Amino acid sequence: MKSIYLDYNATAPLRSEVLELVTQVMAQVGNASSVHGAGRCARKTVEIARAQVADLAGVKPDQVIFTSGATESLNTVLSAYRDKKVLISAIEHPAILDSAPQAATIPVTSDGVVDMTAYQALLISEKPDIVAVMLVNSETGVIQPIQEMAMLARNHQALFLCDAVQAAGRIDLNFNELGVDFMALSAHKISGPQGVGALITRDGVEAPKFMLGGGQEKNCRAGTYNTAGIAGMGLAAELAKKNLSTYDLVKKLRDYMEDYILQKTNKAVIYGQNAPRVGNTMNIGLTGIEAQTQMMALDLDNIAVSSGSACSSGSFKPSHVLTAMGADEQAAKSALRISIGYATTQSDIDTFLESYTKIIERIK
Amino acid sequence: MINSLGINKKPQDTRVVVAMSGGVDSSVTAALLHEEGYDVVGVTLQLYDYGKAVERKGACCAGQDIYDAKTIAEEKGFPHYVLNYEDNFRESVVDDFVESYMNGQTPIPCVRCNQTVKFRDLLKVAHDLGADCMATGHYIQRLENVETGQAELHKAIDETKDQSYFLFATTQDQLDFLRFPLGGWKKDVTRQHAERLGLLNCDKPDSQDICFVPNGDYASVVKKIRPDAEKSGKIIHVDGREMGKHDGVIHYTIGQRKGLGIGGGNNDDNSPFYVVKVDPIANQVVVGPKEALARDIIKMTDCNWLMDIPEDGMDIEVKLRSVSKTAPAKLFGGANNSAEIHLHAAQYGIAPGQAVVCYHDTRVLGGGWIISSENSQMPLVA
Repeated sequence: MKSIYLDYNATAPLRSEVLELVTQVMAQVGNASSVHGAGRCARKTVEIARAQVADLAGVKPDQVIFTSGATESLNTVLSAYRDKKVLISAIEHPAILDSAPQAATIPVTSDGVVDMTAYQALLISEKPDIVAVMLVNSETGVIQPIQEMAMLARNHQALFLCDAVQAAGRIDLNFNELGVDFMALSAHKISGPQGVGALITRDGVEAPKFMLGGGQEKNCRAGTYNTAGIAGMGLAAELAKKNLSTYDLVKKLRDYMEDYILQKTNKAVIYGQNAPRVGNTMNIGLTGIEAQTQMMALDLDNIAVSSGSACSSGSFKPSHVLTAMGADEQAAKSALRISIGYATTQSDIDTFLESYTKIIERIK
Repeated sequence: MINSLGINKKPQDTRVVVAMSGGVDSSVTAALLHEEGYDVVGVTLQLYDYGKAVERKGACCAGQDIYDAKTIAEEKGFPHYVLNYEDNFRESVVDDFVESYMNGQTPIPCVRCNQTVKFRDLLKVAHDLGADCMATGHYIQRLENVETGQAELHKAIDETKDQSYFLFATTQDQLDFLRFPLGGWKKDVTRQHAERLGLLNCDKPDSQDICFVPNGDYASVVKKIRPDAEKSGKIIHVDGREMGKHDGVIHYTIGQRKGLGIGGGNNDDNSPFYVVKVDPIANQVVVGPKEALARDIIKMTDCNWLMDIPEDGMDIEVKLRSVSKTAPAKLFGGANNSAEIHLHAAQYGIAPGQAVVCYHDTRVLGGGWIISSENSQMPLVA
């Protein structure tokens, strides 16, 4: 049985060009910090990638710091705010939630968008030093009004950290237009390799020191360059930008999938449906059957989907994102996330729908 | 063609969910069915936080059973899932266990677990996965009566392994869907298969005690959840004498003789004291001679029957403890799932909260939970 992968928001399949480049770079010796020829060669590879990532985010290369992934990027920034006032949204990734346990929380509406009235009130009452909100929610795909939020933050002398992991390659990304101070990106969500990411900083704003023990990244981030990974991220970033328009097709497949299910049953609910969303994500609740059972049933048919974000699916708790949107615990526990991408075909969707229909029929 | 699980399908078209604890029995069950060609789906339930339960820092053995189950599934090549049932388990089993002790009763959490978490919640999952049946490694038999076509529950062939006492609450609907492939075997046959199948855990000792109670210290589990459980009170004799103090009724079980905390004191005839009543409302423990424990009428609640009880009652054999032998009795049905047992000969140490399980020869007829007991020969004490 062919296996079908519909979990792009957990990790997206590597593009073949990226695989080729990563393998090629990995075969070459050289530490990008070394002065000799092999080192310089590795350094060149890193710098090419830096320019590619910068281009994806619409910044200058020197604003890009490579990290081990978005979790490190987010941790790095928030490590400087442990004793300070932080304001985050209720639907952030655990990488934010756990690095700022003291943070005040901005609620979201039932559509999964940050509640702007509450946000403005919190800016006044909390006087945050930094605000951290994601551009696209990983579970619902809902796009947050970051441009407006960052502007308001600046008016209140707060910096702005934006987790743009699920936005890259799915919507147009422009750091300066968004007006944020820090942005986190991850390679493997844009079909690059796992274990590499980037932190982008506003021109003139220095990233806090988090990894210690070396002068890499202009003394900002210690640790040997993951040259092959970084090269892969660079190429993935370039391809993500180049292929942005093909996302229309992805969105068509997603919409088809949603329409099909909503016609089949009145027990399904699509979270975030009325909000602006990226085109690849469907978060669907099905009353009467727990998401972990649905996931197992689909897995037995060789279809990979997820319930909630993959990081939390080891322990089965209702998604904090859906409960923040007002879903009750039972409903939240019945929600599946189907996330698709560049390699998803109509036939994949049809196979999924066939398997999902069996689940719908079992609860009748 | 009826397959070995009694289903009219080819094994490869028959999906069977196997509840795998990580122990030998359920591992053999899963591996054998897989060997027979069934579409086996292994499921292991995470019922509690293992590290916390054994109170070992960074417990390296935490979840060893889950790991074992997973490994066997990987080696044999069938899918396996771990379901986090900590919430279900706490709500359906642990809270009830604690409440029961707080009410002066002696609970059997294993029955509750089978009844709720396994045969209600996990069984629903099996249904939702489109399974044809669910198998467990319990030592009990499900036999189809050729005349009635009804699935019946029978004791295991290996009487020393028989788990029927813990499975009396299985309903007919559940039984129709369940399979117990090991019920017809002696334990050494299972072990031989475990060795033949190369199951890594074939030397693992059988699990003992209550899984979430480390070292049998149930009182500390109760105290953790109900810190008020250790309210001291009086120990009194059935004749009204004050005998001493107790440090919480949860430490006492009906029929208990040792560790009463009232020294070596004895009854007038020099026989030892037994706990004859635990009264959580008056916060008293009542002790007395063994005779004060004799009971021949037992009232039961929340009964489950796998047959109809005739209006004028029926002669049965009954088991009042998992380890005791069956005794002859007469069963009378009552309203609202209640029932009454009249024992031919009185028994001692019948504790509310324990189960009454009724048999006819090897067949399990069902049973219920003890709420009270009486002695038809003597007026009730205390």
